[in-house]
Amino acid sequence: MFSQLGDRLKETFRDLRGRGRLSEDNISQALREVRLALLEADVALPVVKSFLEGVQQRALGEKVLDSLTPGQAVVKVVHDELVELMGARNDALNLAVRPPAVVLMAGLQGAGKTTTAAKLALLLKDRENKNVLLSSVDVYRPAAMEQLRKLAEEVGVAYFGDGDDALAIARDAVAHATTHVMDVVIIDTAGRLHVDDEMMMEISRIYNEVSPVETLFVADSMSGQDAVNSARAFDQALELTGVVLTKTDGDARGGAALSIREVTGKPIKFLGTGENVEALEAFHPDRVASRILGMGDVLTLVEEVERKVDRKQAEQIAAKLKKGKGFDFEDFKNQLIQMEQMGGLAGMLDKLPGMTDLPDHVKNRVNDRETRRTIAIINSMTARERLFPALIKGSRRRRIAGGSGSQVQDVNRLLKQFTQMQKMMKKAKGKGGLAKMMGQMKGGTPGMPPFGR
Amino acid sequence: MPESDETRGLFARLKKTRESLAANLSGLFGPGSAVLDDAAFEDLGDQLILADLGVEVSTQIVATLRRQAVSTRVETKEQLNSVLRMKLLEILQPSVRPLDFPAASAKPWVVVMVGVNGVGKTTTAAKLAHWFTQQDLKVMLGACDTYRAAAIEQLQVWGQRLAVPVIAQQRGADAAAVAHDALNSAQARSVDVLIIDSAGRQHVNTELMEQLRKMNRVIQRLDGSAPHETLLVVDAATGQNALAQVGAFAASVGVTGLCVTKLDGTARGGVLVALAQKFQLPIYFVGVGESVNDLRPFDAEAFVTALIGEGG
Repeated sequence: MFSQLGDRLKETFRDLRGRGRLSEDNISQALREVRLALLEADVALPVVKSFLEGVQQRALGEKVLDSLTPGQAVVKVVHDELVELMGARNDALNLAVRPPAVVLMAGLQGAGKTTTAAKLALLLKDRENKNVLLSSVDVYRPAAMEQLRKLAEEVGVAYFGDGDDALAIARDAVAHATTHVMDVVIIDTAGRLHVDDEMMMEISRIYNEVSPVETLFVADSMSGQDAVNSARAFDQALELTGVVLTKTDGDARGGAALSIREVTGKPIKFLGTGENVEALEAFHPDRVASRILGMGDVLTLVEEVERKVDRKQAEQIAAKLKKGKGFDFEDFKNQLIQMEQMGGLAGMLDKLPGMTDLPDHVKNRVNDRETRRTIAIINSMTARERLFPALIKGSRRRRIAGGSGSQVQDVNRLLKQFTQMQKMMKKAKGKGGLAKMMGQMKGGTPGMPPFGR
Repeated sequence: MPESDETRGLFARLKKTRESLAANLSGLFGPGSAVLDDAAFEDLGDQLILADLGVEVSTQIVATLRRQAVSTRVETKEQLNSVLRMKLLEILQPSVRPLDFPAASAKPWVVVMVGVNGVGKTTTAAKLAHWFTQQDLKVMLGACDTYRAAAIEQLQVWGQRLAVPVIAQQRGADAAAVAHDALNSAQARSVDVLIIDSAGRQHVNTELMEQLRKMNRVIQRLDGSAPHETLLVVDAATGQNALAQVGAFAASVGVTGLCVTKLDGTARGGVLVALAQKFQLPIYFVGVGESVNDLRPFDAEAFVTALIGEGG
């Protein structure tokens, strides 16, 4: 998400940046382009208007026109205004109440409430060591409760909720959490239209019954101009405390993100970034603004690396290399798996500065099939073969290809690349491990040509 | 239910949509304010953008209206409204086509539902199943969303309510294998219409799009002409991203028509105008509620009336 909006803006700014002197006309022209870019990104029209007024005022201030690089200064103004529009900093969940802290999920049909509830449960359980209860009060959509029950099992938290009285289920869920001394109850509600008075009454009653400390509005990042209307209506009915923006792994330009915050004044707390239950990221307005303007989001990447890379394993490999021992297929596989856990190559590329400048056809070819295929090939090797790749000759190659559903050529290619990689690792003795691998990525990671064959 | 009731129902449901845009337009061209100046046209453009028609189409429509206003001396609100109405109908009318079961079709007639996550594919599949059983056709559902938790159960509940058989395997099964199974048993039981529900996927995810193509290849082993219809489900609240969705799904699995869901909210669904203009695909159905009866053939006149009011 956001990248296409960024592309549009960058085109506009490329021209501005280079100019030594800016006239009011230059700025107005650029701002017209910005207006177009924002509207094409589905930013709500009233928000676009007030945003441009803000930028114009600041951009015409003397500091910009007199600065040595006025173009750069305008870009900075837009960046700052974008940050302001999205909320200045990340707002985390506030769960500091006498337990159980109740989190209520609300939103339109199909926004992704149920999936987000499960992702949130996992995040609280894993990162904050909370004891979480998931409960669905969606008594309307067929199998909605079953969906959350299954997801609860998947993320390893308790589930509560059955029957056809939403209000009673919500009340009982909180009581259940209290008696079982749980920290957090996440209540997933049925999707509803904000103009459906009866359904809005229902969720108000649930809200009053369970007094949530966090009421999160789940919004689809692909929504259009109407997103602000529904957000506003939900905010009036429930006093939202925050917003979760879902499906940001598509190519929606994220206009809803900029609008909802501005219209409701409620912070965007999380982004849903994929179908996997781990795909939930804290929302950092400054970083996203940088991503929009093509400055990359290295901080998030660094955090992800820190959180997801198994330090012990990385150190083991490094130690092994230091001792002069060979880098084998088992080590390689571990590194590939760690990379996958960080959202794969595509997920990482998105956050690196300058990468948004890659042409689309190149970006589209970056997918993680190769990684998975490579892991499959390694899985088809015996333990001995992984330690001593030199063993792998003709018939073994055929067996490995058959076992992993690939061609002998694929196995050959992997072996060849692996040999090169071993050589490289020897040279990089001591500095080994993932950091080195990541450094190599620009030139093409061995084993996985990032841009296809 | 008699026809007129249905039409009224749709009108009533779309009333809120209409009221807001019509109110805005009448504010612009109310009696006495006959001056159609630049600001008035600019505001009209803004209103179209607010209805999700998108910058490109809105600008184009405003330009057309401007030209016509000069040449045909459009001065009043009614006149302008009627020109706007004609322009919108001109864009939408070619997309009005019914989805009829072809009498001469090889059986079963295979309809595949595709779309991004959360647009309402499963519910629409159930509504479609109901639509065809109402025509005394023998219908079967294939639960090929094997990814989302309880998606299979959701379709099975619908199957029970509608007395339509649902072919399914366990969660995590290969969707293509389930589709193959479903077509196999549809052929064996001489079913007329097989509706295949697929997992929601982001159109930029090349891997998941490839899986959809694989599903098609696998069912083509049983019937070279299948799938006969590939319906893309689009949420009416979607903004300009709908264009990217249609483009990508069409390029990868050959979309034959659209179903637009959740048109009972306040989202204007104006992106339909942009979709009709750009892709000329049939818009077969619109969804206007959660019950199985809330599926209506797309009616351009009613849609435009809902969008801009009845004047003209």
